[in-house]
Amino acid sequence: MNVKFFNDLVEISEKTGEDLHKVILNWEMLDTGYSSEKLIENTSKLLKVMEEEYASKKDKAFKTLVNLTGTNGKKMYNYVQNAFVGEKVFKAATIAVTMAENNASMGRIVACPTAGSSGVMPGVLLVLEEYGIPRDRLVLSLIVAGAIGKIIATRASLSGSEAGCQAEIGSATAMAAGAAVYATYGSAKQVSNAAALSLKSLMGLVCDPVGGFVEVPCVKRNATGATLALLFCDMAKSGVESVIPLDEVIDAMMSVGRSLPESLRETGKGGIAITPTARRLIKGLNDKFKISGD
Amino acid sequence: MISIIDVIGPSMIGPSSSHTLGAMRISKFVYNLFNSTPDNATFYLHGSFKDTYIGHGTGLALVAGLCGMATDDPSVSKADEISKRSGFNYEFKAIDLGDVHPNTVKIVATKDNLSHEVIGSSVGGGRIKIISIDSISCNITGELPTLVIENDDVPGALESIVRVISLNSVNIAQVSLSRISKGSKIANMILELDDELDNSIIENLRMLKIVKSMIYVKSLNYAS
Ligand code: SF4
Repeated sequence: MNVKFFNDLVEISEKTGEDLHKVILNWEMLDTGYSSEKLIENTSKLLKVMEEEYASKKDKAFKTLVNLTGTNGKKMYNYVQNAFVGEKVFKAATIAVTMAENNASMGRIVACPTAGSSGVMPGVLLVLEEYGIPRDRLVLSLIVAGAIGKIIATRASLSGSEAGCQAEIGSATAMAAGAAVYATYGSAKQVSNAAALSLKSLMGLVCDPVGGFVEVPCVKRNATGATLALLFCDMAKSGVESVIPLDEVIDAMMSVGRSLPESLRETGKGGIAITPTARRLIKGLNDKFKISGD
Repeated sequence: MISIIDVIGPSMIGPSSSHTLGAMRISKFVYNLFNSTPDNATFYLHGSFKDTYIGHGTGLALVAGLCGMATDDPSVSKADEISKRSGFNYEFKAIDLGDVHPNTVKIVATKDNLSHEVIGSSVGGGRIKIISIDSISCNITGELPTLVIENDDVPGALESIVRVISLNSVNIAQVSLSRISKGSKIANMILELDDELDNSIIENLRMLKIVKSMIYVKSLNYAS
Protein backbone atom coordinates (compact mmCIF):
# COMPACT_ATOMS: atom_id res chain seq x y z
CA MET A 1 0.00 0.00 0.00
CA ASN A 2 2.01 2.86 -1.31
CA VAL A 3 0.44 5.96 0.17
CA LYS A 4 2.04 9.25 -0.78
CA PHE A 5 -0.94 11.54 -0.54
CA PHE A 6 -3.46 12.06 2.20
CA ASN A 7 -6.02 11.93 -0.54
CA ASP A 8 -5.09 8.28 -1.22
CA LEU A 9 -6.38 7.45 2.24
CA VAL A 10 -9.54 9.51 1.75
CA GLU A 11 -10.24 7.81 -1.57
CA ILE A 12 -9.74 4.31 -0.22
CA SER A 13 -12.11 5.11 2.60
CA GLU A 14 -14.71 6.52 0.23
CA LYS A 15 -14.44 3.69 -2.30
CA THR A 16 -14.47 0.83 0.17
CA GLY A 17 -16.80 2.38 2.70
CA GLU A 18 -14.20 1.55 5.36
CA ASP A 19 -13.80 4.06 8.21
CA LEU A 20 -10.88 6.43 7.69
CA HIS A 21 -9.14 5.31 10.86
CA LYS A 22 -9.30 1.68 9.73
CA VAL A 23 -7.72 2.57 6.40
CA ILE A 24 -5.00 4.40 8.30
CA LEU A 25 -4.40 1.51 10.72
CA ASN A 26 -4.02 -0.85 7.75
CA TRP A 27 -1.62 1.48 6.03
CA GLU A 28 0.45 1.88 9.17
CA MET A 29 0.66 -1.86 9.66
CA LEU A 30 1.89 -2.44 6.12
CA ASP A 31 4.19 0.56 6.25
CA THR A 32 5.84 0.09 9.63
CA GLY A 33 4.70 -3.28 10.94
CA TYR A 34 2.93 -1.55 13.82
CA SER A 35 -0.15 -3.60 14.71
CA SER A 36 -3.48 -1.83 15.09
CA GLU A 37 -3.89 -2.94 18.69
CA LYS A 38 -0.44 -1.66 19.61
CA LEU A 39 -0.95 1.65 17.85
CA ILE A 40 -4.31 2.21 19.53
CA GLU A 41 -2.86 1.24 22.89
CA ASN A 42 0.14 3.57 22.58
CA THR A 43 -1.98 6.42 21.25
CA SER A 44 -4.28 6.01 24.21
CA LYS A 45 -1.24 6.34 26.50
CA LEU A 46 -0.26 9.61 24.84
CA LEU A 47 -3.79 10.95 25.31
CA LYS A 48 -3.56 9.90 28.95
CA VAL A 49 -0.40 11.97 29.40
CA MET A 50 -2.25 15.00 27.99
CA GLU A 51 -5.18 14.38 30.32
CA GLU A 52 -3.05 13.88 33.41
CA GLU A 53 -0.79 16.84 32.78
CA TYR A 54 -3.65 19.25 32.21
CA ALA A 55 -5.62 17.96 35.19
CA SER A 56 -2.67 18.55 37.49
CA LYS A 57 -1.56 21.90 36.03
CA LYS A 58 -4.74 23.64 34.92
CA ASP A 59 -4.90 26.53 37.37
CA LYS A 60 -1.21 26.77 38.15
CA ALA A 61 1.35 29.43 37.43
CA PHE A 62 4.61 28.12 36.01
CA LYS A 63 8.17 29.06 36.65
CA THR A 64 9.55 28.67 33.16
CA LEU A 65 13.18 28.35 32.19
CA VAL A 66 13.71 32.00 31.27
CA ASN A 67 10.49 33.44 32.69
CA LEU A 68 9.20 35.22 29.61
CA THR A 69 5.90 33.44 30.12
CA GLY A 70 4.28 31.25 32.76
CA THR A 71 1.11 32.89 34.13
CA ASN A 72 -0.98 33.20 30.98
CA GLY A 73 -2.74 29.88 31.29
CA LYS A 74 -3.81 30.73 34.83
CA LYS A 75 -5.10 34.17 33.77
CA MET A 76 -7.12 32.64 30.98
CA TYR A 77 -8.43 29.90 33.26
CA ASN A 78 -9.90 32.54 35.53
CA TYR A 79 -11.47 34.44 32.64
CA VAL A 80 -13.27 31.64 30.79
CA GLN A 81 -16.82 32.62 31.86
CA ASN A 82 -16.35 36.10 30.39
CA ALA A 83 -15.06 34.98 27.02
CA PHE A 84 -16.97 36.54 24.14
CA VAL A 85 -15.74 33.82 21.73
CA GLY A 86 -17.54 31.31 23.88
CA GLU A 87 -16.52 28.80 26.46
CA LYS A 88 -15.47 25.97 24.14
CA VAL A 89 -13.06 27.98 22.02
CA PHE A 90 -11.64 29.90 24.95
CA LYS A 91 -11.15 26.73 26.95
CA ALA A 92 -9.29 25.13 24.06
CA ALA A 93 -7.00 28.16 23.86
CA THR A 94 -6.52 28.09 27.63
CA ILE A 95 -5.54 24.43 27.64
CA ALA A 96 -3.18 25.01 24.71
CA VAL A 97 -1.42 27.89 26.49
CA THR A 98 -1.24 25.99 29.77
CA MET A 99 0.31 22.96 28.13
CA ALA A 100 2.78 25.14 26.24
CA GLU A 101 3.78 26.86 29.49
CA ASN A 102 4.15 23.43 31.02
CA ASN A 103 6.54 22.64 28.18
CA ALA A 104 8.51 25.83 28.81
CA SER A 105 8.95 24.90 32.45
CA MET A 106 10.32 21.41 31.79
CA GLY A 107 7.01 19.71 32.40
CA ARG A 108 6.01 16.44 30.80
CA ILE A 109 4.43 16.99 27.41
CA VAL A 110 3.48 15.07 24.30
CA ALA A 111 5.48 16.27 21.30
CA CYS A 112 2.48 16.21 18.99
CA PRO A 113 4.01 16.85 16.55
CA THR A 114 6.75 18.89 18.28
CA ALA A 115 7.47 20.22 21.77
CA GLY A 116 6.98 23.85 20.72
CA SER A 117 3.54 23.10 19.32
CA SER A 118 2.57 20.59 21.99
CA GLY A 119 -0.36 22.63 23.34
CA VAL A 120 -2.51 22.62 20.21
CA MET A 121 -3.64 19.00 20.21
CA PRO A 122 -4.51 18.75 23.92
CA GLY A 123 -6.33 22.07 23.59
CA VAL A 124 -8.65 20.60 21.00
CA LEU A 125 -8.93 17.01 22.27
CA LEU A 126 -9.53 17.84 25.94
CA VAL A 127 -12.27 20.30 25.09
CA LEU A 128 -13.95 17.73 22.87
CA GLU A 129 -13.72 15.28 25.75
CA GLU A 130 -15.20 17.77 28.19
CA TYR A 131 -18.14 18.31 25.88
CA GLY A 132 -19.01 14.66 25.58
CA ILE A 133 -16.94 13.05 22.82
CA PRO A 134 -16.14 9.51 23.99
CA ARG A 135 -12.51 8.87 24.82
CA ASP A 136 -12.25 5.94 22.37
CA ARG A 137 -13.27 8.23 19.57
CA LEU A 138 -10.60 10.73 20.61
CA VAL A 139 -7.94 8.03 20.42
CA LEU A 140 -8.99 7.20 16.85
CA SER A 141 -9.06 10.90 16.02
CA LEU A 142 -5.54 11.30 17.33
CA ILE A 143 -4.49 8.50 14.99
CA VAL A 144 -6.14 10.32 12.10
CA ALA A 145 -4.21 13.44 13.15
CA GLY A 146 -1.07 11.31 13.15
CA ALA A 147 -1.72 10.28 9.56
CA ILE A 148 -2.00 13.94 8.53
CA GLY A 149 1.25 14.65 10.37
CA LYS A 150 2.97 11.67 8.82
CA ILE A 151 2.07 12.80 5.32
CA ILE A 152 3.41 16.28 6.20
CA ALA A 153 6.59 14.73 7.65
CA THR A 154 7.24 12.67 4.53
CA ARG A 155 6.26 15.23 1.89
CA ALA A 156 7.49 18.30 3.77
CA SER A 157 8.68 18.83 7.34
CA LEU A 158 7.48 19.22 10.91
CA SER A 159 10.50 21.20 12.00
CA GLY A 160 10.69 24.94 12.63
CA SER A 161 14.39 24.98 11.85
CA GLU A 162 13.69 23.42 8.45
CA ALA A 163 10.51 25.12 7.33
CA GLY A 164 9.49 27.74 9.90
CA CYS A 165 6.65 27.78 12.38
CA GLN A 166 4.13 26.97 9.65
CA ALA A 167 5.63 23.46 9.85
CA GLU A 168 5.17 23.28 13.64
CA ILE A 169 2.13 25.31 14.72
CA GLY A 170 0.77 25.06 11.17
CA SER A 171 1.04 21.28 11.10
CA ALA A 172 -0.25 20.94 14.65
CA THR A 173 -3.29 23.01 13.67
CA ALA A 174 -3.95 20.94 10.56
CA MET A 175 -3.67 17.76 12.59
CA ALA A 176 -5.93 19.06 15.36
CA ALA A 177 -8.53 20.35 12.87
CA GLY A 178 -8.61 16.94 11.19
CA ALA A 179 -8.89 15.25 14.57
CA ALA A 180 -11.77 17.52 15.59
CA VAL A 181 -13.68 16.71 12.40
CA TYR A 182 -13.15 13.00 12.88
CA ALA A 183 -14.02 13.12 16.57
CA THR A 184 -17.33 14.80 15.74
CA TYR A 185 -18.11 12.19 13.06
CA GLY A 186 -17.33 14.32 10.03
CA SER A 187 -16.39 12.65 6.75
CA ALA A 188 -12.91 11.74 5.53
CA LYS A 189 -13.17 14.49 2.93
CA GLN A 190 -14.04 17.02 5.63
CA VAL A 191 -11.02 15.90 7.65
CA SER A 192 -8.82 16.67 4.69
CA ASN A 193 -10.52 20.02 4.03
CA ALA A 194 -10.19 21.16 7.63
CA ALA A 195 -6.48 20.32 7.56
CA ALA A 196 -5.96 22.13 4.26
CA LEU A 197 -7.79 25.25 5.47
CA SER A 198 -5.60 25.28 8.58
CA LEU A 199 -2.29 24.96 6.77
CA LYS A 200 -3.29 27.61 4.24
CA SER A 201 -4.18 30.09 6.94
CA LEU A 202 -0.80 29.68 8.63
CA MET A 203 1.21 29.48 5.42
CA GLY A 204 4.43 31.43 5.71
CA LEU A 205 4.43 31.67 9.49
CA VAL A 206 8.05 32.22 10.52
CA CYS A 207 9.94 30.67 13.40
CA ASP A 208 11.30 33.53 15.49
CA PRO A 209 11.68 32.54 19.14
CA VAL A 210 13.01 35.34 21.33
CA GLY A 211 16.49 34.39 22.47
CA GLY A 212 15.97 31.01 20.83
CA PHE A 213 13.87 29.94 23.83
CA VAL A 214 10.60 28.08 23.31
CA GLU A 215 8.55 30.74 25.12
CA VAL A 216 7.84 33.85 23.03
CA PRO A 217 5.97 33.67 20.63
CA CYS A 218 5.64 29.89 20.86
CA VAL A 219 3.34 29.66 23.89
CA LYS A 220 0.66 31.99 22.55
CA ARG A 221 0.84 30.55 19.06
CA ASN A 222 -0.51 27.37 20.59
CA ALA A 223 -3.69 29.32 21.35
CA THR A 224 -3.81 30.37 17.71
CA GLY A 225 -3.54 26.75 16.63
CA ALA A 226 -6.23 25.38 18.92
CA THR A 227 -8.65 28.19 18.06
CA LEU A 228 -8.18 27.90 14.32
CA ALA A 229 -8.44 24.13 14.44
CA LEU A 230 -11.92 24.34 15.96
CA LEU A 231 -12.95 27.06 13.53
CA PHE A 232 -11.81 25.10 10.47
CA CYS A 233 -13.41 21.96 11.83
CA ASP A 234 -16.77 23.71 11.83
CA MET A 235 -16.18 25.41 8.49
CA ALA A 236 -15.31 22.08 6.85
CA LYS A 237 -18.33 20.42 8.42
CA SER A 238 -20.56 23.23 7.21
CA GLY A 239 -19.55 22.23 3.70
CA VAL A 240 -16.78 24.74 3.03
CA GLU A 241 -14.08 23.12 0.92
CA SER A 242 -10.47 24.03 0.38
CA VAL A 243 -10.10 24.95 -3.29
CA ILE A 244 -6.52 23.67 -3.14
CA PRO A 245 -6.35 20.06 -1.93
CA LEU A 246 -4.43 19.22 1.25
CA ASP A 247 -1.53 17.44 -0.47
CA GLU A 248 -0.86 20.41 -2.72
CA VAL A 249 -1.04 22.78 0.25
CA ILE A 250 1.54 20.63 2.05
CA ASP A 251 3.90 20.83 -0.92
CA ALA A 252 3.38 24.59 -1.14
CA MET A 253 4.14 24.92 2.56
CA MET A 254 7.45 23.15 2.05
CA SER A 255 8.44 25.27 -0.87
CA VAL A 256 7.67 28.39 1.18
CA GLY A 257 9.71 26.85 4.00
CA ARG A 258 12.68 26.33 1.70
CA SER A 259 12.61 29.94 0.63
CA LEU A 260 12.54 31.27 4.19
CA PRO A 261 15.90 32.77 5.10
CA GLU A 262 17.79 31.12 7.93
CA SER A 263 17.05 34.11 10.17
CA LEU A 264 13.40 33.02 10.20
CA ARG A 265 14.05 29.35 10.94
CA GLU A 266 14.57 28.95 14.67
CA THR A 267 17.80 30.90 14.86
CA GLY A 268 16.30 33.71 16.96
CA LYS A 269 17.79 36.13 14.45
CA GLY A 270 14.69 37.49 12.77
CA GLY A 271 11.04 38.33 13.20
CA ILE A 272 9.95 39.31 16.67
CA ALA A 273 13.20 37.90 18.07
CA ILE A 274 15.08 40.99 16.99
CA THR A 275 12.58 43.67 18.03
CA PRO A 276 13.96 46.25 20.48
CA THR A 277 11.98 44.76 23.34
CA ALA A 278 13.16 41.26 22.55
CA ARG A 279 16.75 42.46 22.47
CA ARG A 280 16.31 44.18 25.79
CA LEU A 281 14.78 41.06 27.34
CA ILE A 282 17.52 38.71 26.24
CA LYS A 283 20.36 41.07 27.03
CA GLY A 284 21.76 39.84 30.29
CA LEU A 285 19.92 36.53 29.99
CA ASN A 286 22.60 35.33 27.64
CA ASP A 287 25.41 36.35 29.94
CA LYS A 288 23.65 34.83 32.88
CA PHE A 289 23.36 31.51 31.07
CA LYS A 290 26.80 31.38 29.51
CA ILE A 291 29.01 28.73 30.87
CA SER A 292 32.11 29.83 32.73
CA GLY A 293 34.58 29.08 30.03
CA ASP A 294 37.42 26.67 29.66
CA MET B 1 9.53 4.65 7.59
CA ILE B 2 8.45 7.13 10.24
CA SER B 3 5.55 5.78 12.29
CA ILE B 4 2.40 7.60 13.32
CA ILE B 5 3.33 7.11 16.96
CA ASP B 6 6.56 9.07 16.43
CA VAL B 7 4.59 11.89 14.80
CA ILE B 8 2.05 12.24 17.62
CA GLY B 9 4.63 11.62 20.34
CA PRO B 10 6.71 10.86 22.22
CA SER B 11 5.82 11.92 25.69
CA MET B 12 8.88 13.80 26.93
CA ILE B 13 10.15 16.62 29.09
CA GLY B 14 10.04 20.10 27.53
CA PRO B 15 10.99 22.53 26.19
CA SER B 16 12.49 21.12 23.02
CA SER B 17 13.24 17.73 21.58
CA SER B 18 16.78 18.58 20.58
CA HIS B 19 17.72 20.37 23.79
CA THR B 20 16.10 18.13 26.37
CA LEU B 21 15.07 14.78 24.85
CA GLY B 22 18.13 14.43 22.61
CA ALA B 23 20.54 15.57 25.34
CA MET B 24 18.97 13.19 27.78
CA ARG B 25 19.20 10.26 25.40
CA ILE B 26 22.93 10.88 24.94
CA SER B 27 23.57 10.79 28.67
CA LYS B 28 21.19 7.86 29.07
CA PHE B 29 23.41 6.02 26.62
CA VAL B 30 26.34 6.67 28.96
CA TYR B 31 24.23 5.53 31.90
CA ASN B 32 23.56 2.30 30.00
CA LEU B 33 27.30 1.84 29.42
CA PHE B 34 27.80 1.73 33.19
CA ASN B 35 24.39 0.21 33.79
CA SER B 36 24.21 2.56 36.76
CA THR B 37 24.80 6.17 37.74
CA PRO B 38 28.51 6.99 37.75
CA ASP B 39 30.20 8.71 40.70
CA ASN B 40 31.53 11.65 38.71
CA ALA B 41 30.97 13.16 35.33
CA THR B 42 32.12 16.13 33.33
CA PHE B 43 29.90 17.41 30.55
CA TYR B 44 31.89 19.24 27.90
CA LEU B 45 29.40 21.35 25.96
CA HIS B 46 30.07 22.26 22.38
CA GLY B 47 28.44 24.80 20.06
CA SER B 48 24.90 25.83 20.83
CA PHE B 49 24.69 23.37 23.75
CA LYS B 50 27.21 25.66 25.43
CA ASP B 51 24.96 28.69 25.11
CA THR B 52 21.70 27.02 25.98
CA TYR B 53 22.44 24.55 28.71
CA ILE B 54 20.47 26.52 31.30
CA GLY B 55 17.87 28.38 29.23
CA HIS B 56 16.85 25.25 27.37
CA GLY B 57 17.24 22.86 30.26
CA THR B 58 19.98 20.91 28.46
CA GLY B 59 22.10 20.76 31.62
CA LEU B 60 19.31 19.27 33.72
CA ALA B 61 18.45 16.81 30.98
CA LEU B 62 22.06 15.63 30.80
CA VAL B 63 22.20 15.13 34.56
CA ALA B 64 18.83 13.34 34.55
CA GLY B 65 20.00 10.93 31.86
CA LEU B 66 23.04 9.93 33.90
CA CYS B 67 20.76 9.43 36.90
CA GLY B 68 18.98 6.86 34.76
CA MET B 69 15.63 8.67 34.72
CA ALA B 70 13.03 7.88 32.08
CA THR B 71 12.93 10.49 29.32
CA ASP B 72 9.43 11.57 30.39
CA ASP B 73 9.96 11.47 34.14
CA PRO B 74 8.40 14.67 35.54
CA SER B 75 11.27 14.95 38.03
CA VAL B 76 13.84 15.61 35.28
CA SER B 77 13.48 19.30 36.13
CA LYS B 78 14.74 18.50 39.63
CA ALA B 79 17.64 16.36 38.46
CA ASP B 80 20.15 18.66 40.16
CA GLU B 81 18.64 18.09 43.61
CA ILE B 82 18.13 14.39 43.00
CA SER B 83 21.73 13.89 41.90
CA LYS B 84 22.98 15.70 45.00
CA ARG B 85 21.07 13.36 47.23
CA SER B 86 22.48 10.32 45.44
CA GLY B 87 26.04 11.63 45.66
CA PHE B 88 26.58 11.96 41.92
CA ASN B 89 29.04 14.80 41.21
CA TYR B 90 29.22 16.60 37.92
CA GLU B 91 30.42 19.75 36.29
CA PHE B 92 29.87 21.55 33.02
CA LYS B 93 32.68 22.87 30.87
CA ALA B 94 32.85 24.55 27.52
CA ILE B 95 34.73 22.86 24.69
CA ASP B 96 35.33 23.25 20.99
CA LEU B 97 35.07 19.83 19.38
CA GLY B 98 35.67 21.19 15.90
CA ASP B 99 33.56 20.24 12.95
CA VAL B 100 30.70 18.42 14.64
CA HIS B 101 26.94 19.06 14.93
CA PRO B 102 26.23 22.27 16.91
CA ASN B 103 24.33 20.33 19.61
CA THR B 104 27.16 18.11 20.76
CA VAL B 105 28.39 17.04 24.18
CA LYS B 106 31.37 15.04 25.33
CA ILE B 107 30.68 13.16 28.55
CA VAL B 108 33.54 11.81 30.64
CA ALA B 109 32.29 9.72 33.53
CA THR B 110 33.85 7.48 36.14
CA LYS B 111 32.60 4.91 38.58
CA ASP B 112 34.94 3.06 40.92
CA ASN B 113 37.94 2.57 38.66
CA LEU B 114 35.95 2.39 35.46
CA SER B 115 35.88 5.37 33.14
CA HIS B 116 34.08 6.08 29.87
CA GLU B 117 34.15 8.90 27.38
CA VAL B 118 31.31 9.38 24.93
CA ILE B 119 30.69 12.08 22.34
CA GLY B 120 27.15 12.46 21.09
CA SER B 121 25.09 14.91 19.06
CA SER B 122 21.42 15.75 19.30
CA VAL B 123 20.48 15.91 15.65
CA GLY B 124 16.82 16.98 15.81
CA GLY B 125 13.45 15.58 16.80
CA GLY B 126 15.04 13.88 19.81
CA ARG B 127 17.23 11.67 17.63
CA ILE B 128 20.87 11.32 18.55
CA LYS B 129 24.11 10.21 17.02
CA ILE B 130 26.87 8.78 19.18
CA ILE B 131 30.06 9.61 17.31
CA SER B 132 32.67 8.28 19.68
CA ILE B 133 32.81 5.76 22.52
CA ASP B 134 36.06 5.54 24.50
CA SER B 135 37.88 7.25 21.62
CA ILE B 136 36.56 4.82 19.00
CA SER B 137 34.78 6.73 16.25
CA CYS B 138 31.37 5.39 15.42
CA ASN B 139 28.03 6.52 14.12
CA ILE B 140 25.24 4.95 16.06
CA THR B 141 21.73 6.04 16.97
CA GLY B 142 21.43 4.26 20.29
CA GLU B 143 18.15 2.80 19.08
CA LEU B 144 19.74 -0.61 18.62
CA PRO B 145 21.55 -2.68 21.21
CA THR B 146 25.28 -2.12 20.98
CA LEU B 147 28.37 -4.14 21.88
CA VAL B 148 31.56 -2.33 22.82
CA ILE B 149 34.40 -4.82 22.78
CA GLU B 150 38.09 -4.64 23.54
CA ASN B 151 39.87 -7.54 21.92
CA ASP B 152 43.25 -9.02 20.99
CA ASP B 153 44.32 -7.56 17.71
CA VAL B 154 44.79 -10.86 15.90
CA PRO B 155 43.59 -12.03 12.48
CA GLY B 156 40.11 -13.49 12.60
CA ALA B 157 39.05 -11.67 15.77
CA LEU B 158 36.07 -10.03 14.14
CA GLU B 159 35.00 -13.26 12.43
CA SER B 160 34.95 -15.24 15.64
CA ILE B 161 32.80 -12.64 17.33
CA VAL B 162 30.46 -12.35 14.36
CA ARG B 163 30.13 -16.13 14.26
CA VAL B 164 28.82 -16.32 17.83
CA ILE B 165 26.34 -13.56 17.22
CA SER B 166 25.01 -14.86 13.92
CA LEU B 167 24.81 -18.42 15.17
CA ASN B 168 22.05 -17.01 17.31
CA SER B 169 20.47 -15.46 14.23
CA VAL B 170 20.93 -11.86 15.28
CA ASN B 171 21.90 -9.51 12.49
CA ILE B 172 24.69 -7.01 12.80
CA ALA B 173 23.63 -3.59 11.58
CA GLN B 174 26.96 -1.82 11.74
CA VAL B 175 30.60 -2.41 12.69
CA SER B 176 33.20 0.16 13.74
CA LEU B 177 36.78 -0.94 14.34
CA SER B 178 39.82 0.78 15.69
CA ARG B 179 43.26 0.06 17.06
CA ILE B 180 44.31 1.72 20.26
CA SER B 181 47.75 2.31 18.77
CA LYS B 182 49.66 0.77 15.93
CA GLY B 183 52.06 -1.13 18.14
CA SER B 184 49.53 -2.28 20.70
CA LYS B 185 48.05 -5.71 20.43
CA ILE B 186 44.66 -4.47 21.51
CA ALA B 187 41.86 -3.34 19.23
CA ASN B 188 38.34 -2.12 19.79
CA MET B 189 35.14 -2.81 18.00
CA ILE B 190 31.63 -1.45 18.27
CA LEU B 191 28.81 -3.56 16.90
CA GLU B 192 25.27 -2.34 16.46
CA LEU B 193 22.79 -5.23 16.50
CA ASP B 194 19.33 -5.59 15.05
CA ASP B 195 18.00 -7.45 18.07
CA GLU B 196 18.60 -7.78 21.77
CA LEU B 197 21.02 -10.56 22.72
CA ASP B 198 20.16 -13.30 25.19
CA ASN B 199 22.31 -13.49 28.29
CA SER B 200 23.69 -16.83 27.12
CA ILE B 201 25.05 -15.29 23.93
CA ILE B 202 26.59 -12.46 25.88
CA GLU B 203 28.30 -15.01 28.12
CA ASN B 204 29.52 -17.00 25.11
CA LEU B 205 31.07 -13.84 23.71
CA ARG B 206 32.73 -13.01 26.99
CA MET B 207 34.26 -16.50 27.06
CA LEU B 208 36.00 -16.02 23.73
CA LYS B 209 39.76 -15.94 24.30
CA ILE B 210 40.29 -12.86 22.17
CA VAL B 211 37.74 -10.80 24.12
CA LYS B 212 39.47 -8.71 26.78
CA SER B 213 36.43 -6.82 27.92
CA MET B 214 32.96 -6.31 26.62
CA ILE B 215 30.04 -4.03 27.39
CA TYR B 216 26.54 -4.72 26.21
CA VAL B 217 24.56 -1.48 25.94
CA LYS B 218 20.78 -1.81 25.86
CA SER B 219 18.90 0.10 23.20
CA LEU B 220 17.48 3.47 24.14
CA ASN B 221 13.76 3.24 24.10
CA TYR B 222 11.98 6.28 22.70
CA ALA B 223 8.96 5.67 24.90
CA SER B 224 10.79 5.50 28.20
S1 SF4 C 1 8.27 29.92 16.77
FE1 SF4 C 1 9.67 28.27 16.23
S2 SF4 C 1 10.25 27.33 18.18
FE2 SF4 C 1 8.37 28.54 18.53
S3 SF4 C 1 6.67 27.09 18.21
FE3 SF4 C 1 7.04 28.13 16.26
S4 SF4 C 1 8.43 26.74 15.19
FE4 SF4 C 1 8.51 26.13 17.35
